[in-house]
Amino acid sequence: MHIVVLVKQIPDPDAPASAIQVNEDQRGFRVATTVKSLISPFDEQALEAALRIRDAAGPAGASVKITAMSLGRESAREVLKHALAMGADDAVLLCDGAFDGGDSFTTALALSKAMAKLEPFDLIIAGRQAADFDFGLVGVGLAELLGLPAITMAKSVEVDGRTVRVERALAEGFEMVESDLPVLVTVSNELGSPRYPSLRQMMRAGRKPIAVWTAADLGLPADSVGAAAARTDIERFIRPRFDVQCDFINGDSAQEIAATLLARLRDARIL
Amino acid sequence: MAVEAGVLVLARTQEDAPSAATRELLSLARRLCEQAGGAVTAFLPEAGDDAIANELIRQGADTVLTAEEGTTCDDEVLTRCLAQITAQTHPAAILLVHDSVGADVAPRLAVRLGAGVATDCIAIAPHDDRLVALRPCYGGKLLSEISARKPPLLATVRRGSQEIAAPDVTRRGSIGKIALVPADYTARKRVVKNDTRGSEADLESARIVIAGGRGLEAEEGFRMLEELAELLGAAVGASRVACDLGWYPHTRQIGLTGRVVSPELYLAVGISGASQHMVGCAGAKTIVAVNRDPEAFIFKAARYGIVGDCREIVPALIENLKTARPAT
Repeated sequence: MHIVVLVKQIPDPDAPASAIQVNEDQRGFRVATTVKSLISPFDEQALEAALRIRDAAGPAGASVKITAMSLGRESAREVLKHALAMGADDAVLLCDGAFDGGDSFTTALALSKAMAKLEPFDLIIAGRQAADFDFGLVGVGLAELLGLPAITMAKSVEVDGRTVRVERALAEGFEMVESDLPVLVTVSNELGSPRYPSLRQMMRAGRKPIAVWTAADLGLPADSVGAAAARTDIERFIRPRFDVQCDFINGDSAQEIAATLLARLRDARIL
Repeated sequence: MAVEAGVLVLARTQEDAPSAATRELLSLARRLCEQAGGAVTAFLPEAGDDAIANELIRQGADTVLTAEEGTTCDDEVLTRCLAQITAQTHPAAILLVHDSVGADVAPRLAVRLGAGVATDCIAIAPHDDRLVALRPCYGGKLLSEISARKPPLLATVRRGSQEIAAPDVTRRGSIGKIALVPADYTARKRVVKNDTRGSEADLESARIVIAGGRGLEAEEGFRMLEELAELLGAAVGASRVACDLGWYPHTRQIGLTGRVVSPELYLAVGISGASQHMVGCAGAKTIVAVNRDPEAFIFKAARYGIVGDCREIVPALIENLKTARPAT
């Protein structure tokens, strides 16, 4: 079985808002150099889901091949190394200046061509959304381009023969969905913590080769990807403002603070 | 080639009536059409009598297309139907609710139509000759304005982000039928178990929401919040951290990847206020925060703040409310 996991490198999503500065022309923004670049957390859980499928297969797990794939700049090698250290067998980086300025559509398009080169594959797993732009479009968009069914927001993913069984975490509860392979699955944070690679695994991953494919390698003319082919434009970025002035409520005891708060809320007709 | 105008809305129901989020979409669609012209088409992928369709018309639809027969319809069927209606009506915008259905259908439909798509939008407005969607990114640390290079703009809209207009009982519209499932269609996914409780919109509709986070320090902290909620008539939710720690069900998670609430009062207990969480309560009229860390981000969004141990403050609130309320 061949599982392809899609991973993206993003600025640390837990970085403080102050570390992000909108440019003068509002067309772009800068992230402070102190902010680390990481694998998007949902993508790390997507990889964990793939590794759990291999673990669950027991001795047959040896026949489960996991490929991690990313579209990004040279620096995205780091997230692929992390994926290799976690347990992926192969890594592919789609890297080309022509990809710059693209949107979720051009990304999905490039990934779809790369999937054709990775055939045969049985399962594609991605994070529910990248924790930078939070669009949540590339995974299902890729499924549409490849003509595959997509099962989103997985809490768990099990493979039984040619059937995949996914427990979905929805706002309203849980749902169990089955489909025949091949299929695309996106995972949510309910999947649980990803494993942490050991130092030895990290060292070994550092020596593994990473395949780098350009737009031409994917048979894509430069004007069919990136800014030239995007279907959306980001007109501007805006820093959200909080205009709220916080009244801190003090007191000598918890009882006094509680009484003051409740009185204030009643005065403001909130209670 | 038809000029794109008007808005296509995917309408959904809850308890045999248009869902609140659907009313929001129709209110937004109506406003857009009043500004830019065109008609509002609502696609209701559920068979039913004309009562629901008529409610959609009162809420702003000019045409309602309903399903011919009642069948469960998955993302692929909805995509086909919406693509078909788009080809017939040439809308300038297609609006879906940003929920598990909208998030599944929008990317497929965008690829199929070659349309630009923006998810989780909180505002959409005409600007010059195009529609611009406002949406948060980086977990709410930034807002971005997105436009489609050519119409239609496909957008999923965040629940609670749009004012619901008062229904107009004098509005008239037409009701049509659309074949929902093509003869050659076989579903590729099978729902084998469903644990969703359809009526649990309590968090979204609650006037007061109390949410707990890591600062509660243990699962038991939520029993305390539930007691307080009982006294205030509030609903209880939790931060993602608290849910990931197993202290509260994931179905009660508030935030970017959970539920979005817009109550009159949001009481955040032991929640630091990571921007991913704030996305889930940005619509709250008043935020009250209890946190031990005076530097916690939550205080930047809070109207009232208490710096202290929530395990002392919450019991004090409970005690105060109990004594204030005459025993029955």
